[in-house]
Order: sequence, then C-alpha cells, then structure tokens
Amino acid sequence: MRLNKLTIKELRRLLDKREITPTEILNDIYSQIDRYEDKIKSYITITKDFSYKMAEDAEDHIKNGLMSPLTGIPLAIKDNICTKGILTTCASRILYNFLPPYESTVTEKLLRQKYILVGKTNLDEFAMGSSTENSFFHTTKNPWNMQRVPGGSSGGSAAAVAADECIAALGSDTGGSIRQPASFCGVVGLKPTYGLVSRFGLIAFASSLDQIGPITKDVTDSAMMLNVIAGYDPLDSTSVPIDVPDYVSAIGRDIKGLKIGIPQEFFIEGLDIEVSNTVKEAINKLESIGAIPVDISLPHTAYAVATYYIVATSEASSNLSRYDGVKYGFRASGKDLLEMYMNSRAQGFGDEVKRRIMLGTYALSSGYYDAYYKKAQQIRTLIMQDFKMAFEKVDAIITPTSPTPAFEIGEKTTDPLQMYLSDIFTISVNLAGVPAISIPCGFTQDNLPIGLQIIGRNFDEETIFRVAYAYEQSMDFYKRRAI
Amino acid sequence: MKYEAVIGLEIHAQMLTDTKIFCGCPTTFGSEPNTQTCPICAGMPGVLPVLNKKAVEFAIKTGIALNCKISDYSRFARKNYFYPDLPKNYQISQYELPICERGHIDIFIDKLPKRIGITRIHIEEDAGKNIHSIGNYSLVDLNRAGMPLMEIVTEPDISSPKEASEFMKKLRTILRYLGVCDGNMEQGSLRCDANVSIRPIGQTYFGTRTEIKNINSFRFVEKALEYEIGRQTILLEEGGSVVQETRLWDSSTGITLSMRSKEEAHDYRYFPEPDLVPLVGLSAKAEEIKKSLSELPDSKRNRFITQYNLPDNDAESLVAEKALAEWFEDAVRAGGQPKILSNWILSELLKLLNEENKSITECPIKPSQLVDMLKLIENETISGKIAKAVFEDMYRTGKNADVLVEEKGLIQIKDEGALEKIIEDILSNNPKELERLKAGEEKLIGFFVGQIMKATKGKANPQLANELLKKKL
Ligand SMILES: [Zn+2]
Repeated sequence: MRLNKLTIKELRRLLDKREITPTEILNDIYSQIDRYEDKIKSYITITKDFSYKMAEDAEDHIKNGLMSPLTGIPLAIKDNICTKGILTTCASRILYNFLPPYESTVTEKLLRQKYILVGKTNLDEFAMGSSTENSFFHTTKNPWNMQRVPGGSSGGSAAAVAADECIAALGSDTGGSIRQPASFCGVVGLKPTYGLVSRFGLIAFASSLDQIGPITKDVTDSAMMLNVIAGYDPLDSTSVPIDVPDYVSAIGRDIKGLKIGIPQEFFIEGLDIEVSNTVKEAINKLESIGAIPVDISLPHTAYAVATYYIVATSEASSNLSRYDGVKYGFRASGKDLLEMYMNSRAQGFGDEVKRRIMLGTYALSSGYYDAYYKKAQQIRTLIMQDFKMAFEKVDAIITPTSPTPAFEIGEKTTDPLQMYLSDIFTISVNLAGVPAISIPCGFTQDNLPIGLQIIGRNFDEETIFRVAYAYEQSMDFYKRRAI
Repeated sequence: MKYEAVIGLEIHAQMLTDTKIFCGCPTTFGSEPNTQTCPICAGMPGVLPVLNKKAVEFAIKTGIALNCKISDYSRFARKNYFYPDLPKNYQISQYELPICERGHIDIFIDKLPKRIGITRIHIEEDAGKNIHSIGNYSLVDLNRAGMPLMEIVTEPDISSPKEASEFMKKLRTILRYLGVCDGNMEQGSLRCDANVSIRPIGQTYFGTRTEIKNINSFRFVEKALEYEIGRQTILLEEGGSVVQETRLWDSSTGITLSMRSKEEAHDYRYFPEPDLVPLVGLSAKAEEIKKSLSELPDSKRNRFITQYNLPDNDAESLVAEKALAEWFEDAVRAGGQPKILSNWILSELLKLLNEENKSITECPIKPSQLVDMLKLIENETISGKIAKAVFEDMYRTGKNADVLVEEKGLIQIKDEGALEKIIEDILSNNPKELERLKAGEEKLIGFFVGQIMKATKGKANPQLANELLKKKL
C-alpha cells in the first residue's frame, strides 16, 4: 500500500490505530516526489528536512494521544501564503528571497494541529493567471497529461494533490484560482465564503476577492480541512465573526428534495461540447438521487469578466505597490530613487503582473474612476443581487467549473483575453462572495478531467458539501488517479 | 489696489493613543530608529491592518467639540503614491466618507467673535521619516509609520495671519482639553499646512492659491502667512500672477520656496480600502461619547465670566490651558478672590513659568499657597510690592509666604512712632526738595515716599507713610 495515495480520512484512521507513522507517510510522499517532481514541477520549495522534523513532532503527539484531525498529515501550501522563516515567493522574482518573519493564520492553525509541510507550491506570479505559466520559476504540468496546463493560479497545489505528491493542499482563489485547477487536475477545490477563512498572511492580489481554500482528493477531506482553517481572526478585519459548524457532519445527509438551480447563462456558446454533456449528465445524476433541478437566471453573468478585471486589477495595482526594492525582495540598481524603483519593478515583475498593474492604475486614475472602478462596483452589487435572488428559489447552483478541460501549454499565453475567459464560470462567485466547490464529474475522450461547480449561499458550505458528497459517492471519478 | 487674503488650513494632529492606528506598536516619541515597528506598519507582504478603536473615539470626540456632524457610516480609502517613508506605497486614509463633517470653531479677534468653518475631520496613518545627507544614500525610520493622525480641514474662512494663529491656538486648546493630541507643533504632533490666496477687496471669486507646508511652530503660523501674502501681493502689483503650487516654509530664512507645481501634483488614485470594513453606527457612538465629555473651553470661559465675574480677556486666558483653569478654580475654592487670583496667575505666575518654559502642571506653588500669601496683603502684613518678591521666593523655594516673610523680616512697619522718626530724618536730610515741595512742586511727594520706602526696604505701610508725610509738611 502506497500511503501517499490515501486520503486524510483514511490516514487518520491508520495513524490513530498506530498502524502507520507520519514518517512512513512522508517516505511515500518523498519517493513519489523523487519519481515525478522533475516532470510535474508542482513545487517551488520542498522542505524535506523540516518535513521530517515535523513528522517526528507529530509522532510524539500521536504517541501521547494528542492528535487532531490533521496531525501527521503531509500538506502542500501555495507559495503566496506566508510561512515563518520559509521562503515565500509568490512565484515572483521580486520576492525571490523573501523569508516572512511571521506565520499566516491558516498555517498557524495547521501548525497547532501538527501537520507536516511538504513544500510551497507553484502558482502564476502573484496568483495572476489560469495556467501557472506565469510563474517566474517554471511551468507546472498537468499530471493527467504532461503537455497540458494544470490550471491556475493554484496549479502547483492542484497538481501536487493529483500526483499524490502531498495528501492535500491549500490554494487561494480570487477568480477561480482553486476551482479551475482542481477541475483541470481532477481533484476537489473549495473557495469558501469571503470572510470565512482569514487572509492574514496571504500575499494579497485582490483583497476584496481573495480567499484561501483547500484542494483535496475528495469531498470529505475538503470538509476536514475547512474545519481547521475556517473561523474569525482578529488579525483580519474582513473575516466574519460567526460560529463555524462541523462541516464533516454535513456530509452523508441525503439530498432528497434539495433544489438545485441551473443558470441558463452558463450553458452558452464557447462551452466545450464534452464539458457541456458531462455536466448535464451530472445534473441528471443529481436528479436521480433526489435533487430537484430548477432553471434559474443570473442575468448579469455576461458582465462578470469585465467587472472582475477592473475590480481585481485596481486592487492589485495598489496591493503590489509595496514591492519597490526599498525594504525586502529584489532590488535593481539605479542612479537615483526613481530609477531604482523603475528598474526593480521592471525586472522584478513578469508581463502579466505588469499588464494588470497598468490596467488597475488606469482604472483608478482621476477622470476614469467613475467610468471604470465605480461602475464595476455597481455591477458587482447587481451580480450579488442575482445570486441573492437565485438563492431564494434554490439551495445550490450547478454549473461547469471551466468552459474547457485543461488546455495545452502555450496555447493561450499569447492571447490574454482567451486566458481571462477560462475563468468565466468561476469569476462571478468571487464577485458575489459566495462559496463554491469544484468536484470531478467525468473525463473527456482524451482522459482529461472535467469539473462540476456547486455554488452555495453565503456561509452555507454545509449544503455544498452535502450535494458534492452525494454526487461523489454516486460515481467513482474520485477514485481515479492521475498517476 | 487693496487686497484681502483667503486662507484655509489643513491640520494634522497626532492622536494620543497608546498604540499605532493599525497595529500594536507603541506610539512613544523619540525612540531609536525602527525599534517601534512590526510587519504590519513596515508594510510586509500579506499583513492586514486592524483599526485601533481608540482612534475612532478620539476623532468623534474632536468632531463633537468642533461642532461637526458625525457621520453614521464612514469608510477608509487608500491614497496611492510612491515614497520610501511610506512602506506600502499607499496611505490608509479617508476620502469620500470622512468620520466628521461641517463644524466650526469660534475665535476672537480684537474681542470680536469670528466663526471659522470646519469642512471635515478624517483619520489616517502617518508615514515614516527619511533621513538624508548621510553619504550618498538615505535611511528610512518607520517608527512614525502608522501613527494615528486626524486631518482637520477648515473652510477658506480665515482672512488674516492673526486669525490663522488664533485659530491654531484655539484648536490646540480644544485638542488638549479632549486629551486627544498634545498639540506640540515643534515635535510635529500638530502640523499645519495652509492654502493661501489673495484677491482685490470686493472680488467674490478666489485668486490662485498656493499651499504652504512645513509650518512647524506656532511662532511661524503668522510669519509664514505674512510672508506668503506679501509675496503674492507684490507679484500681483507688479502685474504678474500667482502660480498654483506647493511651497515650503523655511524658518531659517523666513521665506517660502517652491516645492512642486500643479503639473507635478500626484494623482492619488483614491479608492475604498478593501482590507477594512466600513465604520457603522457612529451616531449612536457619538451620543454615548457626548455624555462623557467634560467641559470644553468655550463653555468654561462663559462660566468663568458669569460665575466669577471675570473680564472676557481674563476668562479667555485662564481657560487656554485646562490645567491652568483648574489651578485657578482650586485657588478660588481655597478662599481666594477670583479677580485678584486671575491677576496674579496671569501676570506673576505665568511670567515665572514662561521664564523657565514650564507648564502649569509643573508649577512648584500650590493654589492654596497663593491664597495664603494674598491674605498677608489683605491683612496688611506685607505690601503688594513686597508680595511680588515674596511670591518669587515662594516659586523658587516652595516655602509658604508667612515663613518667608518671617525669615526675611518683611512685615510692614505700621508703628506710627517709628515711621514718624524715619520721616523726620528724611525731611531734614533733604532741605532743598522740602523747599521746592512747600513752594508747590507737588510731584516731590513721590520723591519723599520713595525715600521712605528706600529707608524701610519697602516695608513701610504705604498709606500710613503718606498720611504721616502730609501731616509733617
Ligand atoms: Zn507596527
């Protein structure tokens, strides 16, 4: 039995029965990494020595009967989440040497559980992209097909989970950055409700949209991870003080009579025919196990991409101002302050990041603010209302996660607009703040995974898990492994 | 042509909170560079601001005291510009929805009241400090980065440097009363920028304005504005025109210098701060704070006038410092007569304190000690003139007046016999002056009284000396 192929839940049982040790899991993880990482390149930093130390620590805890759900579980962390004293680069040259002097709230919570850090995973620079091709370091490959992208921006985390190079991972989702790569890599990715998980220590791309979430092999693991990372954090003013339920206990309840909304705006031209058919089959399956499909409309969906690229780039242009060569990270020389600023940023940032900084700077400029930023905020409000009204009629909304399966490496790099459209189904969820999950719902003829997106009400991750689990257990896609 | 000035002020007041506005760093002044910083105020990647609630409370307090409307809903905004002392390269400030709006302060110019409108008060974080001219590089000290500031903006209602200076003094008094700012311009905890323009008297629209920065002392408020108004007047009189620009006050030369033109002005690209949630329910908070607010300078002043029968000027001066007003009232409670106390405090006591640059809180004399000394004048143990010397001794030594009077033998000579003897001696020693006095040169009375005082080292009771002198003539 290869332990790296198991889920958190399965490993938990074996660990608690003392049939295996955390070090044994880690041995299997690292032998997998030794075999495949050269090809897949999920990680930017692998913390092997530290991992084994953590494994020993976890083992002690288990011996003393002090185990928590994630004690001794090897996890991968997206490299835009700060880990104290461990290189955190955001896949950018400008932070190529950045060692955070503090721990993010989410990894602090994992540390308290005595998890094992395997390494920091690759992403599109500053989480800007849908393929991990925008990483300063390297492009991650899709474990199902090495010519294809793993999706992005959390492509490293999704690929690492799909390739069994870790048991589960954390990603971040600003416009689909967890769900789209989860869909491309045939794993489960959850974007929690905005405000459910602390952003403290997450290097900001777009503050009003960013949310950290788990990427896992199945729905149960997703709920187990969310149980640990969710909850109010006094260090994050936008985190919401609510009582966090036990998400695992939501799992297993049937979905009889649950109304699932099918938004007409998501089944459109440009949607890959295989994806469309597979998602429709999934909806039929859900109906067969008791859900009631309801046709709904989210009328402002067409404006979501445009709105997103104004809101997200505006915030990003400001969030990324701090990388100036003065305090930390990459510094280029220059004859004076201005030249040092300009050289550092010109050489420190990649093309996509520069493109978005320019877009955002433009949208916020005096004279353009009302036409762009302000209007985008107004449309954002309308998109929120769309969801609010839809959720008066239904309990969850079902859509494809991405209009296509994983595309080829290099296929969209020359056409930013095409790349932006790959997030067309995930973006409105971030604008509305609502939670959504992507779960595998089938494969193309070329054996590429297809993802199903389940969207829920604000802070109703329980219903999402309930639907996702019911579907997952009715099929066996989750059992198929990439490698 | 006669011109009039139009002045609006933008004041930055550092709030007296224990910690910075968005992190837990202490706000103590004058620490070693970069010892009061943390990842948050140093603008590290991934950190988030958490608002210090005290700063909101202080701003609301100030808003109430400046007769503002307190916004029920207020929001933070980012002001974007690149500078090494601004670690995030944006400042968290407020833009569209400030915490307070539309207030006023009343000042007195030649005893006439003048109302200066307050446009808005908002809260924001301070930047750090760049330290230049150390070799061919600069250093950055972030101790000040993230210090809590209030920006108070006035309407262009100020029409003279004197008014601006009076306004600043009054504002300082109010801020110190509230305990929200120590009002120290030299240390930079109260900073004042001025928008200045001039226009021919009678013209209704504004002239082109300049913004004067770096007015870093109360002394310079008037000086800088006078200089700038003069500069603009000469420009216009010579047929030139004022350029809209930012100018820096240079206190060493006493002039303002061009810093940047309008064309070089920043586009700050303000937008709502997404890392902080909007402030809501501030009206209710304001109502609560209002209840706990102690007496403000204006009402204290009015009370002093009615309750103690003090002249306007006395009352105004006494309430300028809360501690001074308290000192005065303590003395009244100790049995002093208000107007006499006011005279002594405002002339003798303040003179001594000012000589040593001390504040009333550092005063070595207790209010009851002054009252006891005044009783010695009242019961004619000492004269008013001697009392001034006694008071100074009290200030230097901390001793009570009666002790000093005893020690130095300053008790007035009220013994008629002894005094008569002294007067007789003086008259016989000054025969010429006596002749002239008798010939009708009345002013020589003063000469003889002076001689008596001299002979008695000031201890002669003045009325008694006068009476006896006249009797002898
Ligand atoms: Zn700090």
